Amino acid sequence: MTSSVEKTTGHRTWKKPPFIANPAIRWAIILGVLAYVVWAVTSLPFNWERIQEGIPRAIRIFKGAFPPDMIRGELVLQGFLESIKIAIVATLAGVMLSVPIAFAAASNIAPKWLYNIGRATIIIARSFHPVIVAILFVKAVGFGPLAGILTLTIYSIGFVAKMLAERIEEIDWGQVEAIRAAGGGTFITMLYAVIPQIMPRQIGLSIYQLDSNLRASAVVGIVGAGGIGSTLMNAFRRYDYDFALAITLCIIGVILISEAISGRIRRNIW
Amino acid sequence: MLRIKDLVKRYGKDEAVLKDLNLEVPGESVVAIIGASGAGKSTLLRCINRLVEPTSGSIDLNGTELTTLSGGELRLARRRIGMIFQGFNLINRLTVMENVLSGRLGYVPTWRAMTRNFPQSDIDRAFQLMERVGIAHYANKRADELSGGERQRVGVVRALMQEPEILLADEPTASLDPKTSRQIMELLRALASELHLPVLINIHNVTEAKEYTQRIVGMRFGRIIFDSVPTDLTQDAMDEIYAGVPAEERGETGDPESLREVVSQ
Repeated sequence: MTSSVEKTTGHRTWKKPPFIANPAIRWAIILGVLAYVVWAVTSLPFNWERIQEGIPRAIRIFKGAFPPDMIRGELVLQGFLESIKIAIVATLAGVMLSVPIAFAAASNIAPKWLYNIGRATIIIARSFHPVIVAILFVKAVGFGPLAGILTLTIYSIGFVAKMLAERIEEIDWGQVEAIRAAGGGTFITMLYAVIPQIMPRQIGLSIYQLDSNLRASAVVGIVGAGGIGSTLMNAFRRYDYDFALAITLCIIGVILISEAISGRIRRNIW
Repeated sequence: MLRIKDLVKRYGKDEAVLKDLNLEVPGESVVAIIGASGAGKSTLLRCINRLVEPTSGSIDLNGTELTTLSGGELRLARRRIGMIFQGFNLINRLTVMENVLSGRLGYVPTWRAMTRNFPQSDIDRAFQLMERVGIAHYANKRADELSGGERQRVGVVRALMQEPEILLADEPTASLDPKTSRQIMELLRALASELHLPVLINIHNVTEAKEYTQRIVGMRFGRIIFDSVPTDLTQDAMDEIYAGVPAEERGETGDPESLREVVSQ
């Protein structure tokens, strides 16, 4: 490649510099990605025979699902009430644990050793998908809502503590200086100079997390952690596809409603 | 009486920002510190209440050596030193009253601070001071709803709530328009004499410094090179305080000829 700004006779030309300046590296990356895609597609075990066999089965399931049928409406209601309980308790526990962890994980506030512990906690909480955590907790504490609550508490810490720590790192330091200059101790300085600055974000995150936990509680229920997900899984096990579809539609409805509410609240305070 | 002796502040291995600085502020005088940006004015004030850690030297306030304090002792010393900031540094999302009462945080126990349950005497004092500077009717307003001049009044009252033995003001009027700026300077001067309080003011506006203070200290490159009454601040003295820029002093400027060529091309 020639330089991107080039002097020719009379006038100069200009071209946008390439994203990766070194041509050797650029072409190596492009060719490497292409080669990998070709290899990955050709080596995946697509078994066309099995797919063909599966299609009639899929059609049977969908036929069985229509029309959706609320045969056991009270089960759906129970499932949802349990899901909502799981989501609320997990959000409360998660947010309460998130606040101290977020302070520990903010580099402008925490000493280095505490910062490392705080960051490590967040990374561990984020590193597994809730379904994997739910499988572990179902094995550890048995089927039911407790496993769901524990799972979603960890899920909440991973998100809320991380976002809150980032907000703490962006605070206006002058307010901290002012409280220190007045003779405030460490705890009082956090309370007066930091908490008011992060409060709107804290409330927004909590509401978002409640909404998110409600959705996730339906998913972790499928592996046995209680709530509407468990109801849905049982319907599948009993081949009640019409009931299962009814439950699915209800889940979509509830999530749309909760998202609308949480979105509205967050818009007004963020 | 504030007595600063051989104060040195060095960030890392760079050239010292304050070089063997000596300063005495007796009784209830209002002292202006002037000097170009980077002269070390702000660092000097922050060394006094230890928002910045001095490298060496001694700072003595009414018999307490400030440079060696730590933990609880440092907090007790800080509450005796009021500070006013250029950017006001109010807690924007709290009410004016909470901001004012936060000047008592070095005195009240933690549970009172947490529950915002301040002693009646503090609340009386707060209203009294707010009335003095004309912001009492804003008590329940959020601090960020006020104008710049009003916010700085909150800042002044917050500092006075500490019942300070000295007031440090770091460019208190630099974020304000000229008229408000003069009002705040006038207020500081009046309060200093009413409360018999020594005040140390960093200031860029030399006219205001001359008008509102009894003593002017000129700083340049971390040293005090002028210290006298305002009438002694002649044009020559001013030129010396504001002469040059740090880069020029160190011989770091580029060759002006070469730039002229580039521009004229």
